[in-house]
Amino acid sequence: MTNQELKDLITGWFAIPEAVQLEFSEEGSQFLNLSIHPDYLHETMYYLKLNRDTDFDYLYCLTGIDWEKELEVVYHLESTEHRHSLVVRTKTSDRETPVIDSVQDIWPTANFHEREVYDFFGIRFKNHPNMKRLFLAEDWEGFPLRKDYVDEVNMVVK
Amino acid sequence: MSTATINNNFKSEEYFINMGPQHPATHGVLRLLLTIDGEIIKKVEPDLGYIHRSIEKMCEKDSYQQIVHLTDRMDYLSSHINNEAVCLCVENALQLEIPERVKVIRTILDELTRISSHCLWWGVMGMDVGALTTYFYGFRDREMINDIFEETCGARLTMNYNIPGGLMQDIHPNFVKRVKEFIAHFKTKIPEYNRLLTGNVIFQKRTIGVGLLTKEDAISYGASGPVGRASGYSCDVRKHHPYSALDRVDFKEALATEGDSFARYRVRIQEMWESISIIEQLIDNIPEGDFKVPTNAVIKLPKGEYYQKVETARGELGVYIISTGTKNPYRVKFRSPGLSNLSLLNHIAVGGKIGDLVATMATIDIVVPDIDR
Repeated sequence: MTNQELKDLITGWFAIPEAVQLEFSEEGSQFLNLSIHPDYLHETMYYLKLNRDTDFDYLYCLTGIDWEKELEVVYHLESTEHRHSLVVRTKTSDRETPVIDSVQDIWPTANFHEREVYDFFGIRFKNHPNMKRLFLAEDWEGFPLRKDYVDEVNMVVK
Repeated sequence: MSTATINNNFKSEEYFINMGPQHPATHGVLRLLLTIDGEIIKKVEPDLGYIHRSIEKMCEKDSYQQIVHLTDRMDYLSSHINNEAVCLCVENALQLEIPERVKVIRTILDELTRISSHCLWWGVMGMDVGALTTYFYGFRDREMINDIFEETCGARLTMNYNIPGGLMQDIHPNFVKRVKEFIAHFKTKIPEYNRLLTGNVIFQKRTIGVGLLTKEDAISYGASGPVGRASGYSCDVRKHHPYSALDRVDFKEALATEGDSFARYRVRIQEMWESISIIEQLIDNIPEGDFKVPTNAVIKLPKGEYYQKVETARGELGVYIISTGTKNPYRVKFRSPGLSNLSLLNHIAVGGKIGDLVATMATIDIVVPDIDR
């Protein structure tokens, strides 16, 4: 499917796209970007995989970004059948206890990647069966890939 | 004593054991927490982070030229391909026109890297299932490739030959001759590998039907590289998203459908033949021209996001750069093939024996620094 067809199809799934903060963008990226409110993320992801026309069965990259005011989680999806790609993004402005729905029940590969995001950004994933740090020790303080993280011992400031 | 009493006295119970972090079969510092019942594996839980260096965080303070040098410390057996991934990403973002000579040399070195990595894997694979000899044979042939690398750029493992815009220097005058010598030599060695290990009955008994992975699971666990292809999942980035000189060569994607350890083994052997074929198609036709295009000393990528995927010896490596227009990236993410491939280990090892786990891990071909980036 072309990006425009994907856009039309996905928009059609929602009665009021504005209510779920559904937005598409192709600016500054080689992929079609879809951003959505975190409350509707899991449902949308479920349809993106299940729908025969979208059929996004391959989640190849899952990562977090710290935009200082907001925390964002980015999912890179590809369909191995149709060979089209989509980037799904969702943002939360809660920096104290950010929670986003887990998609590891849809793509098991998300299990480790979500733990990595929790480890480095402190974003918890709801309904994840094993939500603990992946790389760092359990008693590590702070989340290193956040922009406001300071570690006077281990970090070299240039 | 009745059977019931005996069973009661020797009640089986699940318990934990640690495999690693220094167990040689874990190929580095990977700790696996095994829940076992007798010798049957109930659960495999990898405990990661023993050599995490936080390369992604370091990248946020480095220039784009410096980032290249960090990437070959991830999957050190695919160092040249990792370097290339970052360079391609930066070059695409800057919309640089890369000379044909650079593209061809990069692809030849990519495939040499792949053969070198698979040679090491083959040696270690044999060793993991109890055949020490293969280790020496694998390393003997790998040595010739390392010598070529050394003559080309001075390094044998972490190469750093790529820079954004091209190559650090031109190839050595001996390069073509030595690559041809190696190809002629190696073509006689793969049949030897097959005689030594592939046809071995004990080896086959330990790998056929062990560690089964279906195509659907391979895709949903994000498997890539030979692990995915052995399950019949066509996932070769070189085929689906060709880069450098791969658009002008003719090669077959190595595929198998069984999804067991032996299939993963065969796919890698087949890949070595395909790599030889790619090198042969390119080595006589290295175009004349510059070995780099000039770039600014300080590279600033336009604001935006850039994603580049390449096929390393282990699978799909993704480089995801987010730029805000400054000389440092805002965020860099490396999608490593190792982490996704490791995440399916629990799925395919449960129900098997500890000995099978070692063989299965060898066919997944884990390099721990690739996971602990």
